[in-house]
Amino acid sequence: MSRPGATRPDQAGKEATWEGARDPRIVDATAEFPGPRLKRIWETKPGLLGWFATVDHKEIGKRYIVTAFLMLIAGGLEALAIRLQLSRADQHLLTPEQYNQLFTMHGVTMIFLYASPVLSGFSNFLWPLLLGSRDMAFPRLNALSYWIYLAAGVFLYAGFVVGLGPDDGWFNYVPYASKTFNPGVNIDIYALGLILLGISTTVGSANFVVSFLRTRAPGMSINRVPILTWGTLTASAANLLAVPSVSLAFFLLWMDRQFDTHFFDASQGQPLLWQHLFWMFGHPWVYAIVLPAMGMVSDALPTFCRRPLVGYTPVALSTVATMALGFGVWVHHMFATGLPTVALSFFSGASLIITIPSAVAVFAWTATIWTGRPVIRTPFLFFASMIVLFVIGGVSGVMTGSVPVDWQLTDTYFVVAHIHYVLIGINVFPVIGAAYYWFPKFTGRMLNEKLGQWNFWTMFVGFNLGFFPMHLLGLLGMPRRIYAYSAGMGWETTNLIVTLGAFLFAFGVLLFLINVAWSLRRGPAAANDPWGGATLEWAVASPPPVYNFAVIPQVVSRHPLWEDSLAEGEARSSLTRGLLLDRGRETIGTTPLDGQPNLILEMPGDSLSPVILAAGLSLVFAAALGHAWWLTGLGVLICVAALITWFWPRRVHGDVPRESAHG
Amino acid sequence: MAEAIRYGQDLPVGARGRNSTGWWGLLCLIATEGSLFAYLLFSYVYIAIQRGSAWLPDPHPSLKLAGPNTLILLASSVCVWWAERGIKRNHRGQLLAGLAAAVILGTAFLGIQVLEWSGKDFSLSSGSYGSLYFVITGFHMAHVIVGIAILLCVLGWSATGAFTRRRHEPVTLGGLYWHFVDVVWLFVFSTFYLSPRLIG
Amino acid sequence: MFTMVRFPVAAAFGHGPSSTAWPMSYLTTAGPRADPVTALVWGLILLSIAVSFLIAVLVVWGVLVRRVPGSDEGVASMAVSRPAGGLKWIWIGLVPTVGALVVALIWTIYAIRAVDSPGQSPALTIEVTGHQWWWELRYPGSSPNANFTSANEIHIPVGEPVLIELKAADVIHSFWIPALGGKTDAIPGRTNLTWIQADRPGVYRGQCGEFCGLQHAHMALVVVADPPEAFEAWRQAQLRPAPQAHDTVRAGQALFDAHCGACHTVSGTAAGGIVGPDLTHVMSRSTLAAGMLRNTRAARLGWISNPQALKPGARMPATDLSARELAGVESYLETLR
Repeated sequence: MSRPGATRPDQAGKEATWEGARDPRIVDATAEFPGPRLKRIWETKPGLLGWFATVDHKEIGKRYIVTAFLMLIAGGLEALAIRLQLSRADQHLLTPEQYNQLFTMHGVTMIFLYASPVLSGFSNFLWPLLLGSRDMAFPRLNALSYWIYLAAGVFLYAGFVVGLGPDDGWFNYVPYASKTFNPGVNIDIYALGLILLGISTTVGSANFVVSFLRTRAPGMSINRVPILTWGTLTASAANLLAVPSVSLAFFLLWMDRQFDTHFFDASQGQPLLWQHLFWMFGHPWVYAIVLPAMGMVSDALPTFCRRPLVGYTPVALSTVATMALGFGVWVHHMFATGLPTVALSFFSGASLIITIPSAVAVFAWTATIWTGRPVIRTPFLFFASMIVLFVIGGVSGVMTGSVPVDWQLTDTYFVVAHIHYVLIGINVFPVIGAAYYWFPKFTGRMLNEKLGQWNFWTMFVGFNLGFFPMHLLGLLGMPRRIYAYSAGMGWETTNLIVTLGAFLFAFGVLLFLINVAWSLRRGPAAANDPWGGATLEWAVASPPPVYNFAVIPQVVSRHPLWEDSLAEGEARSSLTRGLLLDRGRETIGTTPLDGQPNLILEMPGDSLSPVILAAGLSLVFAAALGHAWWLTGLGVLICVAALITWFWPRRVHGDVPRESAHG
Repeated sequence: MAEAIRYGQDLPVGARGRNSTGWWGLLCLIATEGSLFAYLLFSYVYIAIQRGSAWLPDPHPSLKLAGPNTLILLASSVCVWWAERGIKRNHRGQLLAGLAAAVILGTAFLGIQVLEWSGKDFSLSSGSYGSLYFVITGFHMAHVIVGIAILLCVLGWSATGAFTRRRHEPVTLGGLYWHFVDVVWLFVFSTFYLSPRLIG
Repeated sequence: MFTMVRFPVAAAFGHGPSSTAWPMSYLTTAGPRADPVTALVWGLILLSIAVSFLIAVLVVWGVLVRRVPGSDEGVASMAVSRPAGGLKWIWIGLVPTVGALVVALIWTIYAIRAVDSPGQSPALTIEVTGHQWWWELRYPGSSPNANFTSANEIHIPVGEPVLIELKAADVIHSFWIPALGGKTDAIPGRTNLTWIQADRPGVYRGQCGEFCGLQHAHMALVVVADPPEAFEAWRQAQLRPAPQAHDTVRAGQALFDAHCGACHTVSGTAAGGIVGPDLTHVMSRSTLAAGMLRNTRAARLGWISNPQALKPGARMPATDLSARELAGVESYLETLR
């Protein structure tokens, strides 16, 4: 079978195996070859140990999505409690402390524990499939990222369920968050929990960046990748640069609270330092939790318009441009803090300019609808409505970006309306749409279309009924973060409508969950490519085999599955004939820009190191919370042991005899 | 097939030098850690500007220990570079000697830093200058400790012959991390020890 | 409960009924610090509605016009093609977008400049300090005798700019009188400056604009804009120390000094606390507890006996006075006009 020259003739003896290199063969995949063999190599051992040890990106992606949806439910229930409290004037359902913890946890949950992780989940599942790879660049890091996310979620909720949740808003301004004014453990839980979560985000982001640069299928140059990967790449790169800011802010706050340092106190330090550090992170973060979702729309909307996306290049570039500009607008959260007028004008200008790349995406989607032949299915409804919600959230963002207008709008319900149009409109709507779109790929079954349409319309009507009137509340001067308001302010009727809308919206989300529960068992079986999609994930079975691709595909365009229909060139991507990599867990490493193969990547096997490292880190943080320093030390030792095991050098390369790979 | 993909060549198997995913992963780590120090130094500069020059300790931080210590750390970087050069020529002895020297110099840096700390007449909680000084230099010391631990692991693996002329990724990556830690020190050093001299 | 807002005054000067219905609205405003911004608010609202409407119509219309009618077959079986001509719409869309943004930016900068400082230099300065959860007001005078301190009810002369020096005693608060201008934060360790001016006599409600803890919801204040003579009369009244207590209320005063004096000041008496609001002229104010309660006898009795029931978390502890003692304190307070 072996082609001459597949192994170098001079490779003999021990040294040669260490210097392993080979010419991977190109073969045609069949049902018998090499799939069954790859399955043996890639599949996770059954049982609990295998469950903890798996590094399969699809498994991790699904765990991310399920956990994030549980968080969405938790955050949603908190929101409903808030809305009940505000449905009438002078309501007494909640005490002020309960209310403050609820609105804080609602924000923390939705922003940190739902919005970003759910996108990580989709990207984790989809990336290797979209890119024609067998896993992410760092499969164990992927597992670590999930386990830490889970631990941080539990950590942040542990205090809340016993009434000690953070209570200073997700923005956590000092000095109210300092020990003097907030002596309980509430803020310490938030501080340490968010630093822990930051580790998860950081390692996950590094994984996306390197996967993007190095694990694309041969021929997939960077102008041929799906827009979703542009979105996640951009968000990940931004996270690498921005997350340290908030982790540091929370660390310094924890030092202030526990070791009497003076970073944020008014007498010695500077309370505004908190706001700078928080928003230098916070604003890029807002883009990080919408750009991948915009990418989903850019990739999936065209499938239902039966044409490629209009303006691939402008949309890809505007994704990157949004993020770059996103680092220059943090001060627009601080317009009322008394900064010099010149600085305010500059940041106001930057905040308005950032609209332009977003407008590019909006016009690209609209033009895709107008020049395509839209087929109305549930995912399409979510994606098309997202365009409108995005515009509403965008123009209200322009209003808050205008300094003097923001002096009135800031900290009113207008801003609450704005962030919900942005975060629900550009995150939740695309995510639910994406769930309908990729559910067959995740599970092998279709979601129910009829229930899907009900689901969409309930959510859409509920959302607009619940959140559009908040603009008006803001203009009528209702401040954010108040647990009660008096009659006579003119806010009562509107608040009641908002509450009704919120419940209708929640009912819509419930319909989605019902649809998922029903379809998991009864949904019709899905074909490989139920929507006639353009990208590589639709070339594999639904759900995909554990090794994703029997042979590594070769890509010559942005739409490998549409090349015959579009007939825009001679070249065709090759999906069933490609590189055979079957000597252990292997995938191809390619050059960062052109996607030329330049390395056979040896992928790690399943490992318990990630879950042990995550457990060790959690111990470090939990022990630090209680000042149990010896336990912290023990946690550090566990981490060190896990890391040394993790990085233990591999001595044998590329010479696993074909017969010995997992028997 | 009309693909322009270049096949038919031997591809290295597994991690190798800058071609490896590990190299790119470490660059990501350096980007995020570099950002962390940038935000730390931003905090220093921000509070320093708000508080004015009277906020600085009097006298300004002395170079007596910090100056030579900086040279020690730079020398350790040279040792790591020399060690990696050794393994590239298959000189395992040079690899071991270079790494060992770097570990010794790194440890010496730590010792002198502790000495420097103990001589300060301010503390972590005495004021915002002290908080910034000890937290920022403390963050750097923590990185030096991690760097030494990495070098020790690489040294141990080297001693057992885990690396060869072409395949010594942990040496490359450990070395890059160590250089990063040294470069960060130059920024920390300039901020705390040199910048007060510039503004007089 | 916010019946204290004395809108008849505003209504008499032609201030529309909208402000009575929505005392916190800034869709209509009443002074040069706010009006140029209000115009911009309206301009941007209309622009936003137009843009949202336009895109919504484009999307819905596009879907209706271009959709494949009545197709129940699978999406996958529908042909794929790449009709040309889409790309130009991105550029066509961007031209008005950029144009609108440039207009918004120029108008923004114009509005910043218009409200940056008052047309004439303010004759009156008021020091406003945010506390959890009330507003301390200091009217500095030319001499120590010309100073006085009050709480939660700012009086200003109509038609004149007033400089506001903002401080915070504990955490960050934000000073906000919607009808007179946008928010400026009160930040511990800093003094922020802003100014207000009311062109029409009236009562303008405001509220803390930055989350500041348990009772952030109940940290209101009002600005009362009086004609100049009325303002001067008010100022003179505030300057006077508390009157000598009559024999009938002396017992009440003693109780007040013992139970309340550690936190509250009544100038000219032994009560000199600075933790809570100055009560020298408490009866001249329309509300209690930072705008939460109308200043009536019943409200005062309820508030003094158990503040925590009304405003949980408030810094004022419950007092263990008997009903008779309470009535005594109340009768003393009633003399503080």
